[in-house]
Amino acid sequence: MSAGAAKLIALTAVWALLAAAPFWAPLVGGYTALGARVLVLALAAMSVNFLLGFAGVLSFGHAAYFGLGAYGAGFALKFLAPSTPLSLLCGTLLGGIAGALLGLLIVRRRGVYFAMVTIAFGQVLYYIAFQWSSLTGGDDGLRGFARQPLDLGFAKIDILGDETAFYYFVLLCFALVVAVMGFILRSPFGRAMIAIRENERRARFLGLAVERHIWIAFTLSCFFAGFAGALYALVNNFADPRGLHYSQSGDFVMMAVMGGMRNFWGPLLGAAVFVVVQDYLSSVTVNWMSFIGLLFVLVVLFFPRGLLGFIRRRAPA
Amino acid sequence: MALLGETGRLDRRTMLKGAAALGGVALASPAIISARGETPVKIGMVDPLTGAYAANAQNEVTGAKLAVSQLNAKGGILGRPIELLVEDSANDVGTGVQKARKLTERDEVSFLIGDVNSAVAQAIAQVSNEKKILHIVSGGHTDTITGKDCKWNVYRVCNTTTMEANSICSTLFEKYGKKWYFITPDYAYGHTLQAAAEADLKKLGGTTSGAELTPLGTTDFSAFLIKARAANPDVILVLVQGSDMVNCLKQITQFGLNTQVHVAGLQQELEALEGMPPEARIGVWMFEWYWKQPGVSGVDQFVADIRKVNNGKVPTARHWFGYTSVQTIVGVANQQKTLDSLKLAKALGNFELPPEVRLQPNKCYYREGDHQLMTSAFIGEAQAEGKDDPEDLFRVDKVIAGDKDAPPVDETGCKLQWPA
Amino acid sequence: MTQLLLFNVTNGLIIGAFYVLMALGLSLILNLSNVINFAHGGFLVIGGYIAYSVTPYVGFWGALLVAPPLTALIGFVVERILIRPLYGRDPLYGLLLTFGLAFMIEDGTRFIWGAQGKPVSVPAVLAHPLSAQFFFLTGYRLFMVAAALAVVALLFALLRYTKLGVRIRAGTLDLETVSALGVNVQALRSLNFAAGVFLAGLSGVLAAGQLGLEPTMGTGLLMPSFVAIIVGGVGSLTGTLIGGLLIGVASGLTAVFLPAASEAVIYVLMALILLLRPRGLFGEEGMMT
Repeated sequence: MSAGAAKLIALTAVWALLAAAPFWAPLVGGYTALGARVLVLALAAMSVNFLLGFAGVLSFGHAAYFGLGAYGAGFALKFLAPSTPLSLLCGTLLGGIAGALLGLLIVRRRGVYFAMVTIAFGQVLYYIAFQWSSLTGGDDGLRGFARQPLDLGFAKIDILGDETAFYYFVLLCFALVVAVMGFILRSPFGRAMIAIRENERRARFLGLAVERHIWIAFTLSCFFAGFAGALYALVNNFADPRGLHYSQSGDFVMMAVMGGMRNFWGPLLGAAVFVVVQDYLSSVTVNWMSFIGLLFVLVVLFFPRGLLGFIRRRAPA
Repeated sequence: MALLGETGRLDRRTMLKGAAALGGVALASPAIISARGETPVKIGMVDPLTGAYAANAQNEVTGAKLAVSQLNAKGGILGRPIELLVEDSANDVGTGVQKARKLTERDEVSFLIGDVNSAVAQAIAQVSNEKKILHIVSGGHTDTITGKDCKWNVYRVCNTTTMEANSICSTLFEKYGKKWYFITPDYAYGHTLQAAAEADLKKLGGTTSGAELTPLGTTDFSAFLIKARAANPDVILVLVQGSDMVNCLKQITQFGLNTQVHVAGLQQELEALEGMPPEARIGVWMFEWYWKQPGVSGVDQFVADIRKVNNGKVPTARHWFGYTSVQTIVGVANQQKTLDSLKLAKALGNFELPPEVRLQPNKCYYREGDHQLMTSAFIGEAQAEGKDDPEDLFRVDKVIAGDKDAPPVDETGCKLQWPA
Repeated sequence: MTQLLLFNVTNGLIIGAFYVLMALGLSLILNLSNVINFAHGGFLVIGGYIAYSVTPYVGFWGALLVAPPLTALIGFVVERILIRPLYGRDPLYGLLLTFGLAFMIEDGTRFIWGAQGKPVSVPAVLAHPLSAQFFFLTGYRLFMVAAALAVVALLFALLRYTKLGVRIRAGTLDLETVSALGVNVQALRSLNFAAGVFLAGLSGVLAAGQLGLEPTMGTGLLMPSFVAIIVGGVGSLTGTLIGGLLIGVASGLTAVFLPAASEAVIYVLMALILLLRPRGLFGEEGMMT
């Protein structure tokens, strides 16, 4: 079997599993709302990994753009118009534009300093959301909005009351964004990102505008994170400052690393494992935080390439 | 560990599958049902067992578990055993909503209880309303839960902020004077509490000397206190809660501010007083429930029962909230002989808690118009050291019935909409 | 008004001194181990709880002497077992590991000592303000400043005048060369890490006198120290010192005019500094850019 065929089979399996989730999840003790959460957080983790895995740049503050996306969607539904697509657009724009602006200040840093500065700017945005309570609801969060039925002209789809319909809506959004991401990574720009990751100095020698490439990559990944955040607001019908906090960023990075950050699909696997394990453990023991922390430590020490990286090394294809 | 009980899922599953958890062998299979003949009736409880409100939430769960084990010994709910499924909301709305969905969709609980955090409580009320499940808010105080966001299926045990303010403001006014300065937490609970207190103060003829909105999680209050002192009020009212209150009162007493102006507040909890050094336990406050009520029937028994499952420690108001939430659901269901949430929600209007549950001298009932429990306020003074018991840190001076301090229903902004 | 300003500047310096203590520990670890220690707030809490537990036997002063070294010992073990395998790997891993460690420490302290906060008193001699007017100058707060100053002075003296200190400073600049000169870099890093955690433990003991001691106490204190490092410039301990004091004063001053922003202002300050001087105030050219 050729590598291409194996890849095709794997891809088909992934999509089939995702599409059939509402049918098999309850059989193994899952529930549909958990599926939607996995997809949304996977999208956020993939947006972090877009930068980390392919440009080699670690942002530890991506939750800020994710959280802004949630607020953007909430504001649109609450103050603009009761339209789900509009809310997704507004959320994406809010997260993305904030990322584009702050990115200008950040892109010259590298390594651990880049991570620190992204955390710090993420916290700036967190504090704004936290303090500006007349607009954002502060610590109480933004309530009073709900995702709206989709009006396709010929039919209305109730994604508010019907969990399964909403899951498929999230899956569709997920597929769209993943397709865009994949497209970018295959483009010349995507190859330039990888060239920078592999050897920044050489890329510079070859005449690549490294700073500008990183800025564009950062901005794009913030747009993706904003989109994921907007979806998250629709999942909860709620947005709050916690979504912007650095601990949320840490979760995203962990999902990416745990799944395998050099792999396009790694963050999806990481998010699925993370969300399911956390959901399960926190029902079983009040000390679930210790186990999640231990999971972090074990992954870092023993599976630095993530689950997919581990599987690949074990089974040379 | 405080959470070990007989009925909860947390512990039983821990024993059964603790090992399997990390191996990822069993993802999450439906709860294993003990052989007791009848299928149990499931009650779901969402509370922030980790994070800043962990102590309060864990106490609510302990109280709820006590109620479950007592009720199961007496025949359960409609002759069926009660099973309490506890989930950690981690003080996060997203997690809380997810857990509420897990309980309602997967575990198919018949009723829901929670949360300590008002924002989480309101978000999960949206879920319970959507699923048409009777929901008791055990410990979130924001007015809107039984005010403008009230719902037909949602009842609340703990006080509203307006009830809290109304119960104590005249006492504060008489005792301390008419110029008040507020140290207020900057979120909905604080805003509404201060607004209610200011309205009362105005009626009494006093004035607000100033107010500081402090962000949740403030560690250093000195800058706020410098301003408060400069305004020269008669009394500084500490409205911040939990660890913020501990920080604030600790710093006030170290600064010796309490020797220069009066210091008091509105809502106080035993959890917070126990976290402070003796010198910081000062001022007049209101408790929502207190464990020392000589002559009130059932209280001593309740205290003794809680001590048995709480490492010998006395119940706090939070224990009583959790206990009462479960007792309410089971009581009304047994009275109505049904598990139908709509019928039970209807019947809970004007439902009166029996003496062995209410554990307070006054009549205690849910108000039909806004679904708020008319529960007493315990006004008194914090004590540096307990006289007979190390945990007797509050001296109750008077107990005010809930319907005396609750605003009339038409002022709450609640308009209940029942399903057709 | 002038008086209010004066009060708040003084007060800000006091708070700043505390941030400095915490940030210096963070900074030491970052400089030599290249790890952003997210568990620093956790070590602070451990320090506080150890002090709480030993106080009944050795009193406040005894706890002040005993708790920081014990915390440092835990830090030493953590470095040996968990941090050491990460040297030479992407800084990402250190971040994630300490992030997970912070979870474990918070939950562990809750498991051992309970979710309920613990009452901590300060010694009666320190529990009073020096004068009724300058009420915020309490014995305890001045003691905190004095302790912070003493430790900072000691640390700087150690770094300047002892062999170990010179090696640590050299290691910050160029670890490879130091290693080539035959210095045991592993031991150097272990000691340095333990020293950083010592400072966290000391901060914890001091903080427990002012704040409610509970498992989440450290979370609110980590970020300001972090900002102090960025403002001062990564790689410079002097920068961290100035940065900590600066954010304390900025936060105190803001409290006069716009109290609600007193916590957020430090981030605004940081953004401004990064705009005007991306390396931070004392950041070395070429250091971690």
